[in-house]
Amino acid sequence: MSSALLKPLPRWADVVLLPLLNLALAFVVSGLVVLAIGQDPLAALNAIVTGAFGNGYNIGYTLYYSTNFMFTGLAVAVAAHAGLFNIGGNGQAYIAGLGVIAVALPLQFLPWWITFPIAIVAGAAVGGLWGFIPGWLQAKRGSHVVITTIMFNFIAAAIMVYMVVNVLKPAGILAPESAMIAPEGRMPKLGAFIPWFKNTDVNFTLILALICLVGAYFLIWHTRFGFAMRALGQNPTATRYAGMSNSRIIMIVMTMSGALAGMVAVNQVFGVQYRLVLDYVADAGFVGIAVALMGRNHPVGILLAAILFGALYQGGNELQYVIPGLSKEMVVVIQALVILFTGAMEGLFRPGLQRIFMALSPRQKAGAIEANSVKSGG
Amino acid sequence: MDLGIILSTLDATLRLSTPLLLACLAGLYSERAGVFDIGLEGKMLASAFAAAAVAAVTANVWLGLLAGVAVSITTASLQGAAAITLRGNQLIAGVAINMLAAGLTTFLGIQWFGQGGRTPQLTTDGRFQNITLPFANELSGVPVIGQIYSELISGHNILVYVAFLAVPITWWVLYRTRFGLRLRAVGENPKAVDTAGISVTKLRYQAVLITGLLCGLAGAFFSIAQGSGFGNNMTAGKGFIALAALIFAKWKPVPAMFTCLLFGFLDALQIRLQGAEIFGIDVPVQAIQALPYLLTVILLAGFIGKAVGPKAGGVAYTKER
Repeated sequence: MSSALLKPLPRWADVVLLPLLNLALAFVVSGLVVLAIGQDPLAALNAIVTGAFGNGYNIGYTLYYSTNFMFTGLAVAVAAHAGLFNIGGNGQAYIAGLGVIAVALPLQFLPWWITFPIAIVAGAAVGGLWGFIPGWLQAKRGSHVVITTIMFNFIAAAIMVYMVVNVLKPAGILAPESAMIAPEGRMPKLGAFIPWFKNTDVNFTLILALICLVGAYFLIWHTRFGFAMRALGQNPTATRYAGMSNSRIIMIVMTMSGALAGMVAVNQVFGVQYRLVLDYVADAGFVGIAVALMGRNHPVGILLAAILFGALYQGGNELQYVIPGLSKEMVVVIQALVILFTGAMEGLFRPGLQRIFMALSPRQKAGAIEANSVKSGG
Repeated sequence: MDLGIILSTLDATLRLSTPLLLACLAGLYSERAGVFDIGLEGKMLASAFAAAAVAAVTANVWLGLLAGVAVSITTASLQGAAAITLRGNQLIAGVAINMLAAGLTTFLGIQWFGQGGRTPQLTTDGRFQNITLPFANELSGVPVIGQIYSELISGHNILVYVAFLAVPITWWVLYRTRFGLRLRAVGENPKAVDTAGISVTKLRYQAVLITGLLCGLAGAFFSIAQGSGFGNNMTAGKGFIALAALIFAKWKPVPAMFTCLLFGFLDALQIRLQGAEIFGIDVPVQAIQALPYLLTVILLAGFIGKAVGPKAGGVAYTKER
């Protein structure tokens, strides 16, 4: 078969060129959809870009959305390095709100910089638990983590509705939401320090997201445990023979993944809403899948992809005001196409690209033939 | 509880089970052939929208159904191309399909009909009417049996009967035909099928197309049979309950029917109770809503029985190089 003769792509092509090609394809297809309904795709793109980066206000909101996507992207990526597909980011991010509000309300008389770290720990603990259980079930009982995390998304949704409506909602309030954190206990938004951001929702959780990105980089590539989890992702048999406990790695990774997703709750509940509302996750968990795929599971890639999707969300919000008829769901379409092309249809461009690179580089071609003859000889 | 309440609850159970059953059987074909499908929800949603849109414009329910099924099959082919031909990740393909359907249906709905994503209300010709079976009215006076016949069995729309008819047909196809044998084999050991000179790719595509057909029927049920028009995210996670039911039924057609009836019953119960007491205990509605998912998790973990899926599921087949 001819594909056996193909050499892997150079690293820069794999991590930069291929995702960009897939992204371009997603944009072209979305543009065709816009064209098909009789609108101007370039005007739409212009509206999205201006809406996302036009001024400090736009950028502030772009960064606020990006914050969520950095967390969920990292959650997917950390699990992916260990060979696990955590599709439960939504549920983990949602249920973590319980932890955040459970500490934020009783401690509302304290200054925010004391409550903030406590809220982080509480959110991580509850989100982590919601990742740990599927991890434990996968490790010890062999149930597929994908199915379990899907089910846990729905279980979390049911629990949250019950908790908010029946437990947390103060008497006398009609809307399904918890009590609000007292004004003196609220964390100020970044706009309070950098006026350029105006009154946008971007807050200190962004800094936390950046710290998590750096931390994840060191964890994955510069620690013993990071090596173990990557080894597990590559070859579970090898890790077992090397004396590592696969089930322990799975449980720890899923806990970390859930904890990272849980940080969305810190951003939303502690940083923006100051109370627990329903459905604040808004499918950020699924966007995380697109972000991790686009960012090739690397913190730098995730940072860029999260900003890209944050920009799409913010730009999409503005789009509907600039061009009536084009709704923000356009962004969901683009995002779905990115997942489709970078995640599921990777085979679309890769073989062609590999051929082009081989044709351009005689050395690679020779190497491929050699590699193939060794393979068939042995 | 008197017979009337029991019958009306069971009647609702049949109605609520129908889309679950169609989607569950849809997933069964695909997964039995070794292609995991978490995109049932997306295909249903796409079909629900297409069916309602076409039925609204043409005022013809059959054209609506045709459009729904066609769109669902097209979506399934896209998923098949990714999962089978391009050997991409089947789970990610499913996620993409769900998201694509959620985005496109709302986006196009707003653009075309301008009602915030809803399609226009369907007229009588635009939706499936309930069918009164022969002698249903005459027998309604006969106690118990007559009542069961006229109130429970009779008086549903055609898709309800199609769904329950699809169960024995699926059983027969799966266990009594050559195609079914090959389908099951390709999900367990594709290499053996390949060695026997049968195309794994072709079989898997056939399975995925049947999945598309059944999801199309399930989706159409929401918008042009049960409802009279499309609303945003109309399928509301039913595709995932169907997936749960498929696992719960251990990928077998007859247990799939009973599981879907159970999950449909829970749904009917939840709607009927709305916070009422059962045996003196105040059971929250959310607990009943979460029950199907919880049961599936428990079953999957092997605490009650054990659910083991098709062995070759989730892995794209690569011929020997």
